[in-house]
Amino acid sequence: MHPVRKQRLIFVLFLVFFAGAAAALFGFALRENIDLFYPPSKIVAGQAPVDKQIRAGGCVLPGSIKRIENSMTKNFIVTDGIANLAVTTDVILPDLFGEGESAVLTGKLNGDGVFVATQVLAKHDETYMPPEVADNLNTADHVKTCKGLDYGT
Amino acid sequence: MGWQWFHRLGSPRWFYEKTGPWVFWLGLAALILLAVGTLWGLGFAPVERLQGNSYRIIYIHLPLAFLSMAGYYIMAISGAIGLIWKMKLADMVMKSAAPIGAVLTFLALFTGAVWGKPTWGTWFEWRDPRIASTMLLFFLYLGVIALQASYQNQQMADRFSAILAIVGTVNIPIMYGSVYWWNSLHQGATIKFTGGTSMHPSMLYPLMVMIAGFYCFYAYALLKSVRAEVLHREYRTQWVKDLVSSNRAV
Repeated sequence: MHPVRKQRLIFVLFLVFFAGAAAALFGFALRENIDLFYPPSKIVAGQAPVDKQIRAGGCVLPGSIKRIENSMTKNFIVTDGIANLAVTTDVILPDLFGEGESAVLTGKLNGDGVFVATQVLAKHDETYMPPEVADNLNTADHVKTCKGLDYGT
Repeated sequence: MGWQWFHRLGSPRWFYEKTGPWVFWLGLAALILLAVGTLWGLGFAPVERLQGNSYRIIYIHLPLAFLSMAGYYIMAISGAIGLIWKMKLADMVMKSAAPIGAVLTFLALFTGAVWGKPTWGTWFEWRDPRIASTMLLFFLYLGVIALQASYQNQQMADRFSAILAIVGTVNIPIMYGSVYWWNSLHQGATIKFTGGTSMHPSMLYPLMVMIAGFYCFYAYALLKSVRAEVLHREYRTQWVKDLVSSNRAV
């Protein structure tokens, strides 16, 4: 290869290398901040700020959704399999929100350790199948986001 | 001397003459595949167990997202080739790939928002790592377009937009990894490079047709654009003048 071209090739490789290194350092420094939400275990362990707007995310514990009569209030529990976080909200829940499904919540943690959500988003996974196929399979095995979670205790 | 073939490849005239017949066939293939895929995906593929009909936007969203990333590689690699070998054709490919990529990325973001509203419950989530890195990709494309328009001297424009495109390549693995490295709202990849998909075959086949159709469309759009750029930059040469006077420039 012509020496001038070789020099320019080395320049391009250096450019890619240093841009990559800069991005990696940037990502490393901000690793906590890039996460969209706190998992319940971190919130329960006191690693999330109280009374400040944060996001929490996890799987809705089956059987935990309770609707308060004559009000918009809904209470439920989200879990990451390590810790459970009690949530209360009075916003409208998205269609895909459900027990055993994943959800991302925006709101504040109050002094009692209850998460008061002002926005509830449903997270869906990357499995797509027709309903009749889902009925024939053990559906729980195919819900990846919340798969393998220990809902016990 | 082993590089002779490579330099011949860089002749804009050779490229223009060779690719003439491809335009029609790529356009035809794109039209057929997209028509079949759209009908199949929107009309005949079964509904999804949880999302119902809303999931069908994947037939447009996923190919667009694929191509927004693949198009960036094409732009950055041709930019690097132009920078290293001073190949005129590579610079033209880089310039042409930028607006096409920007449109594809915008549409990927737009269809993602339309999909997000009925499923997640929100149009847009600025803080989601996947969405943020896709926004960055969109701005990188816009940056290349802006740099191309900022210089009177085409060589300077090509050099600086190539450098921006090359630096921006670090965003592509971040985009891909964003749903795995961090907590995000966006789901993981449906079709993985390591084989295996998490989609039922009755839904996957039309998706494959759509992906093939969008790739053909991308090749068609890029080729058309590069051919126009060839004529634009070579308008002083005799072969372009002959072409124009013989009225065969399409």
